[in-house]
Amino acid sequence: MNRETTAIRPDETPPERASRKFDWRRLLALVRKESLQAMRDPSTILIAFVLPVVLLFLFAYAVSLDVREVRIGVVLESDAASAQSLAAAFAGTRYLKVTPARDRREVAEQLVSGKLRGFVVIPQDFERRLASPVAQPLVQVITDGSQPNTANFVANYAQGVVQTWAAGRRTSAPPAAIKLEPRYWFNAELESRRALVPGAIAIVMTIIGTMLTALVVAREWERGTMEAILSTPASVAEILIGKLLPYFILGMLATLASAALAIFVFDVPLRGSLLALLTLSAVFLIPALGQGLLISAVTKNQFLASQIALFSGFLPSFLLSGFLFEIDAMPAPIQAITYLIPARYFVSSLQTVFLAGDVWAVFLPNLAAMAAIGVFFFAIAKYKTRKNLEA
Amino acid sequence: MSAHPASNTTRERGKDHPAVIIDSVAKHFGEVHALRGFSAEIHYGRLTGLVGPDGAGKTTLMRIMTGLLVPNGGSVTLAGLDVVKDNDAIHVVSGYMPQRFGLYEDLSVLENMRLYAQLRGMNTDQHADIFESLLEFTRLGPFTQRLAGKLSGGMKQKLGLACALMAKPEVLLLDEPSVGVDPVSRQDLWRMVQELTDDGMAVVWSTAYLDEAERCESVLLLNEGKLEFDGPPQQLTDRLKQRSFRLTGVSGERRTVLARALDLGSVGDGVIQGDAVRVVLRADAGREEINALANQVGAQLESVQARFEDAFIDLLGGGPGGTSALADRMDPVKLDSDIAVSCTDLTKRFGDFTATDSVSFEVRRGEIFGLLGPNGAGKSTTFKMLCGLLKPTAGEAHVVGLDLRRATGAAKSQLGYMAQKFSLYGLLSVRQNLEFSAGVYGLEGASKRERIDEMIETFDLTPYLGTSPDALPLGYKQRLALACSLMHRPPVLFLDEPTSGVDPITRREFWTHINGLARKGVTVMVTTHFMDEAEYCDRVAMMYRARLIALDTPDALKRDSRSDQHPDPTMEDAFIHLVESADLEDEARTDAKAAA
Repeated sequence: MNRETTAIRPDETPPERASRKFDWRRLLALVRKESLQAMRDPSTILIAFVLPVVLLFLFAYAVSLDVREVRIGVVLESDAASAQSLAAAFAGTRYLKVTPARDRREVAEQLVSGKLRGFVVIPQDFERRLASPVAQPLVQVITDGSQPNTANFVANYAQGVVQTWAAGRRTSAPPAAIKLEPRYWFNAELESRRALVPGAIAIVMTIIGTMLTALVVAREWERGTMEAILSTPASVAEILIGKLLPYFILGMLATLASAALAIFVFDVPLRGSLLALLTLSAVFLIPALGQGLLISAVTKNQFLASQIALFSGFLPSFLLSGFLFEIDAMPAPIQAITYLIPARYFVSSLQTVFLAGDVWAVFLPNLAAMAAIGVFFFAIAKYKTRKNLEA
Repeated sequence: MSAHPASNTTRERGKDHPAVIIDSVAKHFGEVHALRGFSAEIHYGRLTGLVGPDGAGKTTLMRIMTGLLVPNGGSVTLAGLDVVKDNDAIHVVSGYMPQRFGLYEDLSVLENMRLYAQLRGMNTDQHADIFESLLEFTRLGPFTQRLAGKLSGGMKQKLGLACALMAKPEVLLLDEPSVGVDPVSRQDLWRMVQELTDDGMAVVWSTAYLDEAERCESVLLLNEGKLEFDGPPQQLTDRLKQRSFRLTGVSGERRTVLARALDLGSVGDGVIQGDAVRVVLRADAGREEINALANQVGAQLESVQARFEDAFIDLLGGGPGGTSALADRMDPVKLDSDIAVSCTDLTKRFGDFTATDSVSFEVRRGEIFGLLGPNGAGKSTTFKMLCGLLKPTAGEAHVVGLDLRRATGAAKSQLGYMAQKFSLYGLLSVRQNLEFSAGVYGLEGASKRERIDEMIETFDLTPYLGTSPDALPLGYKQRLALACSLMHRPPVLFLDEPTSGVDPITRREFWTHINGLARKGVTVMVTTHFMDEAEYCDRVAMMYRARLIALDTPDALKRDSRSDQHPDPTMEDAFIHLVESADLEDEARTDAKAAA
């Protein structure tokens, strides 16, 4: 095949050059080279295997979205028995840690210094309010608005405690006929770890797919090796695929390792099939690698590439994927942006495959969205990467 | 051999057809015109030099020829193929070695070669013989398992050459293959390229070293994107027949003689060559003035052969004058001691690696002292210890009698330092750069303003005060860097590779200033990789493998290396001779150890 191109006669029109079409041997040579480099570079192993483990441990143990033992103050201004009993009700809950006080000034200071997240005042006229036929607030709840989530929790929970206590007093006799018993599907204990660990796999894949890829391609430009490769008969497609294939495999291996860690160490159930998990991961790698490729093709510089990968890949998949913050709770314009983040589809799919099972009705639209974004990235990356050094 | 793209029939036909046809090719990057539209031809079986100073457009032309850049105007045909239209085929028939080492440092020699063989469509199993011959050709045989990053500069270039030669290209394009390569390996590269052209290949060798042009069979001389000359180098130097002279017997006075000679209207160019001064007369200028000068200073005038660099300077209208406005303004330096810089048993180790191994020497006041050696020989480390930037592991270093270990601050205020690549602040204006360096050296108030104004006036910086140093022409950039390092009038000046990447005219201007400063008693320490620049030095210290292997005047070093092969050795020959004998000594020592 190559021989035809080699016997070029200046007096003839150049023959059809088959050499430029896709050549498996060249691709294989490039893949081999890339794999050797990846294996010899300690930072690759660090990013692909050590970092995921650290991240998973971090999300499994250090980060918890569950609220437990929130420190609040209870100011008892009344000595009435009913007031004492309400204070006891506060002290008895599992979610609050109560600092008792007689004067609100004591706890107000602690709230300012951040030692308490809020306090409840049981007023002097508590008895009278309780007896009053007109419904009026029984207690005053003051919270630390600088941490809105906890403040909300404290306010709501304090109301709950008061209501439960009041209800208990009124019907000291038989319990209500209907009892509301909430039941949480998929994560019965509402343990945030179970939702976080599958999501963390998406973060790991973004790091490997986008950041590592952006770095290794930019490195070729920076070190001048791209110039030498471009001057060989290898085509752009061969060069790019040769670059991506090893990192695709690395990403899949890292996924498997993370999944194993999640299931066997962190006790996260895998209710769906392994096949579904792998399919989802493989498809997610399309936009992740595409984005990395695009970044490096545009910047051609390792430092810039890592910065842009951080801001356009890692952070959005961290903040806007629904991994840490629920998308439904975001303002509408931000919600609209999340549709452009491939990790959004991956996180929801991962949580489904781990906690619910193979729900293809969820997977299929997600797969389609990830593939579409991926194709878009690849198209621009291909357009931006030419077989020459023109900027 | 069927996989070799270049069959013999192509080559033979190639002899009639040019290998490369450059047809009014033009290329600009934004406002910068890299190539300004010229035509030329490159032929098979010849070594063609693409010669010119940095920024002349050599790399741009190389990249256009190998299809990596698209010209804005004109066309280039390589081996009968248009570089734009037949871009794919260009990569099959050409081999290209980029200026920067383009191979993978984390792959071994053999792995790199395999990769390139496969990319060029060779089956590595079937072509063991080609690998064998390439390894033998490049003498890389013993290093096949070594990672490319661990090779020396010279071996890297040879590996690059081996990879570019994979599947024998018809046209081989080498972009500055001799940069960062020690003279010994450079000899090797020349030998290899010679063999290739003898085989009928067209080889293009681009270089900023003008002395390399003389070795090429044909030369394309570029300057600022224009083709200044096209033909055999001899043809260019022939124009200077009877115009190059050497003034000998002026050893003590040679800087004064050079300055006076350069100020003569009839002299276009002049350099110091060891104990002698070499001058080139302007076209149609008579010999009267130079004869008179020779008589006045009691020198002998002899006619010498013209060099390519003489011709290049002549082509550009001659070099600068001999008077340094800067040095004229300086007061003569007064120093208590005759020794300006000294070191004894200076040693620096980084872990197991010894970068400088007990080096001792003394530099006299007003001396220009050169530190020479291949990359990695320990020049920079030694240099940095002498200006107090690195702490020695053992040994002592003194600058104007101050111990660099104890009185680092005081010693530093006595020296000026000009780093490689000038190290100016691109985000500050020219004036702000001057103010900054004045401030750093503790100048204040009226004396600061006075000194800055003086520098601006001496170096003609007025039109550029508001611009960024990045936008300055190279010559002005160098002036500014020199002004900054001289702001505090230091008695000792350290110059680290001051003229790398600088065109020959700017280099001459620079040396005019340095010579002037030396005449005022400023001691100058300089590192350089331009071997002919070593000739400007009073004495040269040669470093090799962390050790000082020779220390003498340039003339003495050249004399010592005189042999039947090189009756009139150049500085480069002397260097090769010294390195080879150092290697022999090393071997003898290891043998003796083994015997014991």
